[in-house]
Order: sequence, then C-alpha cells, then structure tokens
Amino acid sequence: MAETATARDRFWEGFRLGVPFAIAGFLVAVSFGVVAREAGLSALAAIVMSAVVYAGSAQFAAIAIIAAGGGVGAAVGAAALMNSRFLPMGVALAPSLPGRALWRAAQGQTVVDASWALAAREDGTFDRWVLFGSSSIQYLTWSSGTILGALGGGALGDTDKLGLDAIYPAFFVALLIAEARSRRARGAAALGALIALALVPFAPAGVPVLVASLGALLGLTNRAQAEAREAREARG
Amino acid sequence: MSTAVILIGGCALVTAAIKAAGPILLGGRELPTHFTSVVSLLAPALLAALVVTQTLADGKELAVGDHTAGVVAGGLVAWRTGSIIGCVVVAAAVTAGLRAL
Repeated sequence: MAETATARDRFWEGFRLGVPFAIAGFLVAVSFGVVAREAGLSALAAIVMSAVVYAGSAQFAAIAIIAAGGGVGAAVGAAALMNSRFLPMGVALAPSLPGRALWRAAQGQTVVDASWALAAREDGTFDRWVLFGSSSIQYLTWSSGTILGALGGGALGDTDKLGLDAIYPAFFVALLIAEARSRRARGAAALGALIALALVPFAPAGVPVLVASLGALLGLTNRAQAEAREAREARG
Repeated sequence: MSTAVILIGGCALVTAAIKAAGPILLGGRELPTHFTSVVSLLAPALLAALVVTQTLADGKELAVGDHTAGVVAGGLVAWRTGSIIGCVVVAAAVTAGLRAL
C-alpha cells in the first residue's frame, strides 16, 4: 500500500511542522499549571488533567469556573461548550479516517486545533499522519509544560505580569495567518469573527466560537463549488 | 469521589465524546463537494472566532486590554516573518512590557 510506505515520513513531517506550535503550547501549558494551582487543584490533579483532557481552551474554561467558585457541573459544561468546535472539525476529518467506527473514533481523539489545521489539505481532505505526528509533539510539551507550571509555578510569580495570557490567542493568530491564504478563507475568517463578537454578550462561553463555524458556509457559493470540484479532479 | 476527580473525569469524557462524534457518524467515505468546500473554510472561521473572543472580550463584555496590543504585535510578526515562536514571544513581551509601565 502506497499509504503505508510513506506513513512514517508523513508522521515525522507532522511532528516537525508541530514543533513551533508545541513550543508555544509549552508556554501556555506552564501558565495552565500555575492557574490550576491557584484555583485550588493539587499539582497532581493539574498534571493529570492536561494528560487526559488535552484541550487547552476547555481546561482554562473549566478552571476559571472553579476559581470563581462555580460548581463542577458548570465547569464540565463550560469545557464541553469550549470543545464544541471539535464537532465540526471531527465531521470535516471523518471522511479521511479509515477503519471501523471505534477505530475512527480513536483516531479522532488526536485532534487539536493546530494539528487539525496543519493536516487540512486545500481540497477539504486531511492527511491523518500529519495530524498524528503534529499532535504527538504537542501532547509531549502540553504535558511537560503543565508539570513545570504546577510544580514550579510559584517561582514565576504573577504570570499575568509575564504576559502569558497573550500567548494562547497569539498562537491562534499565527495559525489563522497560515490558513487564510485565499480571499474566500479571509472572508470566512471575517464572518466567523463577526458572528463570535456579536454573540459574546448573550451566549455562554464557547457558544460564540461554535456558531462562528457558520462563516464556512461561504463555501457554498458557486465559485467555491467549482473550485472544489477542480481540486478533487486534480487529486484524481 | 473528590471534586478534582469528577472535574477531570467529566472534562475528559465530554472531550472524548465530542471528538469521537464526527468520525463515528461520518467516516470512511467521500462526501460531496459542497460539503468539502464548506469544510475547507471551517479552520479560518473557527480560528478567527477563537482569536477575537480571547482578545476583544472579557467574559460577556467586549473589552480590550494590554494583551490585545500584545496579540496584535505578535500577529504582525507572524504575518511578516511566518514565525510562530516569534509571534508568541513578541505577544507575551509586548503585553508584559505594557503591564510594567
């Protein structure tokens, strides 16, 4: 099979492409470890959370609610809403995953924002080995950064003073710039941003980002359709 | 069970279920072009929404802060140089600098 012959290469390609995101993710994870300790989690709990949840924005959302004195149910609900963007991402990825349903579900667990975006091809399909490679390196640094932040965070002092809260959104800006190559992609980005901002005052955290996926409906224009057909034919 | 166990277990379960849903329901077949051309625009739409909700909002209020300027500066670096690490380091440095003033 041609796919198996190059699978390893593509995995390492994904691993390499993931390095800058992994380094940025490491810094974010350090700040997560610190914030989780401040919210009252033990160092072990913070580390286990990063290792088994592995979804930065959801972890921050859940911890913010705990820190504000909210209940566990509300915290888990916020995490679910924050992660709801993985629903459309999973739908997008699904046709590119082979195997039975459970095996596809297992492969789908590797989705994180940067890896998903890196694995996306122009024609709407995904390179799953790039996804796996990129998520592997990011998982390593997400876990190790949390360990550092949870155990050694006290030495950093006030992480707000270090500007660590700017790292996570800056990380997404870099991804967005790499993604927004075509005019239509920039249109979808602008529409998504407008939808999200319009919903912020009314909707619970996470919902604005989920609904912003409607910006992708720009792909239903006649020209977008014609280009998608061309891309598919070119791929053969 | 302690609160932390329920918190972590709950977050892990909902995350896994959400990530599994699409691949379970829709896997292993080629979908029509109107689906794939929408899908190819999901990343910019979602990423832009993540950026603006994290930089232009504080809870349910639209607001800018020191980190907004930091993220803009980081974005300029990413745009001009393509460096992700440069982008996040500049974003943190500018934010920290403004807060030190």
